[in-house]
Amino acid sequence: MSKKILSKANLCWMALSVAVYILLSVLINFRIISSYYTITIYNILINIILAVSLNLIIGICGQFSLGHAGFMCIGAYSAGVITKMMPNLGGLFLGVLVGMVISTVAALIVSVPTLRLRGDYLAIATLGFAEIIRIIVMNMKITNGAAGLSGIPKLTTFTLLFICMVISIIIVCNFTRSAPGRACISIREDEIASEAMGINTTKYKVSAFIIGALLASLAGALFACNFYVIKPTQFNFNRSIDILVMVVFGGMGSMTSSVIAAIVIGFLNMILQNFSNLRMIIYGVALVSIMIFKPTGLLGTRELSFEKLLKRKERKS
Amino acid sequence: MSKKFLKVLLSSAMTVSMLAACGSGGGAGGSGSELAEGDTVKIGGNFELSGDVASYGTAESNAVELAIKMYNESEDAKYKLEYVSVDNKGDAAESTTAATKLIEEDQVAFIVGPATSGASIATYQVASDSSVPVISPSATQINATMNGDEVYPSAFRICFEDSYQGAAMAQYAAKDMGKKKAAVLAETSDYGQGLANQFIETFEANGGEVINSLKDGSYNAGDTDFNAILTKLSEKDFDVLYVAGYYGEAGLIIKQAREMGIDATIVGADGFDSTVLAQLAGKENLNDVFFTTAIASGAPTEAQEEFKKAYIEEYGEDALNMFSYLAYDSVMLGIQALEEAGATGPALQEALEKAEFDGLTGSFTFDETHTPVKSVLVIDAATNGAETNAEVTVK
Amino acid sequence: MTQFLQQIVNGMSLGSIYALIALGYTMVYGIIKLINFAHGDIYMLGSFVAYIVTTKLGVGFFPAMIGSMVFCGIMGVLIERVAYKPLRHATRISALITAMGVSYILEYTTQLVMGSEKKTYPVLLNNSTFQIGSVKVSTQQIYILVITIVMMIVLQYIIRHTKMGRAMRAVSVDENAAKLMGINVDTVISFTFLLGSALAGVAGILVGVYYNSINPLMGMTPGLKAFIAAVFGGIGSVPGAMIGGLFIGIAETMVIAYGSSLYKDAIVYVILILILIIKPEGLLGKNEREKV
Repeated sequence: MSKKILSKANLCWMALSVAVYILLSVLINFRIISSYYTITIYNILINIILAVSLNLIIGICGQFSLGHAGFMCIGAYSAGVITKMMPNLGGLFLGVLVGMVISTVAALIVSVPTLRLRGDYLAIATLGFAEIIRIIVMNMKITNGAAGLSGIPKLTTFTLLFICMVISIIIVCNFTRSAPGRACISIREDEIASEAMGINTTKYKVSAFIIGALLASLAGALFACNFYVIKPTQFNFNRSIDILVMVVFGGMGSMTSSVIAAIVIGFLNMILQNFSNLRMIIYGVALVSIMIFKPTGLLGTRELSFEKLLKRKERKS
Repeated sequence: MSKKFLKVLLSSAMTVSMLAACGSGGGAGGSGSELAEGDTVKIGGNFELSGDVASYGTAESNAVELAIKMYNESEDAKYKLEYVSVDNKGDAAESTTAATKLIEEDQVAFIVGPATSGASIATYQVASDSSVPVISPSATQINATMNGDEVYPSAFRICFEDSYQGAAMAQYAAKDMGKKKAAVLAETSDYGQGLANQFIETFEANGGEVINSLKDGSYNAGDTDFNAILTKLSEKDFDVLYVAGYYGEAGLIIKQAREMGIDATIVGADGFDSTVLAQLAGKENLNDVFFTTAIASGAPTEAQEEFKKAYIEEYGEDALNMFSYLAYDSVMLGIQALEEAGATGPALQEALEKAEFDGLTGSFTFDETHTPVKSVLVIDAATNGAETNAEVTVK
Repeated sequence: MTQFLQQIVNGMSLGSIYALIALGYTMVYGIIKLINFAHGDIYMLGSFVAYIVTTKLGVGFFPAMIGSMVFCGIMGVLIERVAYKPLRHATRISALITAMGVSYILEYTTQLVMGSEKKTYPVLLNNSTFQIGSVKVSTQQIYILVITIVMMIVLQYIIRHTKMGRAMRAVSVDENAAKLMGINVDTVISFTFLLGSALAGVAGILVGVYYNSINPLMGMTPGLKAFIAAVFGGIGSVPGAMIGGLFIGIAETMVIAYGSSLYKDAIVYVILILILIIKPEGLLGKNEREKV
């Protein structure tokens, strides 16, 4: 078992993430890059968690969800409310936990009835649920209604964020390769056939949905503790679309491409901030042209895999 | 082989965490720099140029641009000003990023904007960390500039706080107009809810009765159909209707209420202050409508007239509203403090705190929460205060 | 009771607008299974076109209505040809994202050209209120309801009794079979977009006249609600879209009247989820079994 965990491919992954971590933290801590880029990097890391978790639901399990912003909203508000009372890492930890519990309950309520639906209907139903979550948050006292929460302590550090991102990716990738993950893929490919093969489709769909929701709520918590202010309007339908765009832009079902898409879109957004009038038009044109010319996304379903690279190397030598 | 590899990994990870620990100590906070006459100074604009509230952000960004142009063209301009504008989409997180960009990349002396409270508050911490003042033209939310019990050192706003206007109108309605029963309609935003809650509190404290709660008196920004909510209200008896929201929806509420036969006095806050209000409501429906604001645009002073003319010439009549005046004043206040301090950073911040400013939206100084102390006018919407207006001080 | 009847009238005029937009949604979805998120923005374009021709050229209501129908129809066909046609056999998600992209382009190009400020209409239809019993009805409300019903009947006639209509129905049942029968599928789909978008144009000018306030982002929420109306009535069914639109309009009004106005949008989504769980094919839709 231990041999398996420390396989060459896994070590390569570890080396890669440590190297990226070292590089970025040196850049950030020695102020080689300005805090403007730092904040963009934070943003990208949060978006990676969101994109990867949505990719699990859409790309792996084939369930078209437009409600990711709702779970992010739950996480953000749980962490926001609790860290305002306990402004330390313990508070953030508790906030994340509470957010996850609420998200799980919400995801169960959402998924059990709606996952019977297919395709577009499911998309619209999840969209509706996310909007309902937002409207409820907007009308609660504890969340400070439409004004939103302000004065949330900044507890999200680079190290914390990076670790959460790596853990999210590991969870999603391992889930994909596990037996339930394979079951999800078979549901994506053909639901009726997999049901005929004895797969309990509801169970696996719900579990993928819940894992996605948990990670989204984690991302929400980190988001809240990074930007001082959260408002219900930040978690509207457009936010779900933004996350969806990252997943589709990269290529559905491929985690590597979700990560890359989050990075590309993060920087694209940074550049577009300077073109105030044209930014959304450019964004729209980009979406349409990518979908027309490369409907499978930038990378399609290809994954970066050290296992394959190593094998190829071995074969050569 | 893999053991060795692991060792290298671990040791490098440790080195980095140590490096990170020393790195984080240094490099915080900007100290500002001295300015000489004729220097080029950059001013940042962080506004909602796209998204739901783009019309407010655009009105303010235009005014900032115009103010800078007017300053550069004036003969006694001490500095050469340059405007750097960034879009925040009306999103708090984007607003933080935008402010960081202006501070770090463009090295602006001060930032004007954003127009909305949430987006403004999101910039106060980063601004305070590097001592670059943010002057928000219209962040009206209650305690917006406060970080708990302390004020953010770099946060300034030049508008009324919601509570102040709400209280002023409630007092005026109850005491001066002699109204007894009020109905309230409020937008589901910090602005609308803040105003309405204060109005209800003060109106009741002054012996009036409020006939509905915000639970059945709220609407969303962007709504166009108020017939249902007004029909419900028209069943009840009231003599004044407080609309806590902006002109876009308030204009339609006035129109639909009057067409339905509701003839109670309609009152509101400075969100009413736009030429678009009359267009939306229809001139004939603007009878018995009053609102609180800082300026009487129907009877402009010379300076207001000059700005209005220049603004309309540049951007057309539609875009001119309260937001434009406030944004213009924000820039002028910033420039005044800049000239007094002769430096950016903490010196500029100090100059702002002590500023005695005389602008289009009134003369004021800042109180300890960096909120202006200025008087509220109640004016008649039909004439925009050309004939009568009353100054109210909240007791 | 008076209030109840008055609220029904209010709800019906709001619902008529949803119904007009829903008609376009239901046709497009029925034929190419695409949630055309840009449909709400076509409706926005319609109101802006009517605004421009009435204020700049000074034409009256009906010419302006024809103008925005023609413009929206052409825009609909153009969008279909440029953006959706290449994706006809791509995944649903790609098509949906394209629709979102088109929607952003339309919204923000309009904002760039016309500015983000709300625009007001000149008086196009005289508006007098009269009483039926104790209920107040305005002539504009009657115009809206009548125009919506007329449009629905015309549409129903086209779909049921013309050659093009038969072709449309054929394509919606089976595209390939329709092709084999000699139907030009591309033309049929373009025609569907033409009809649906023209109806959105009508909704656009009606909203402009009735509410007197238009802005570049006005299409988002009504567009979504109209889609829900179409789902409620049964996708592909013209009378269904009409009933769905009216139902959503009245439901929203009733929540404001007898519940809390804070939850008026939430109720629409609750209705949607309930109908999807209880009767996913909608009120008048046909139940299609999934083929293996």
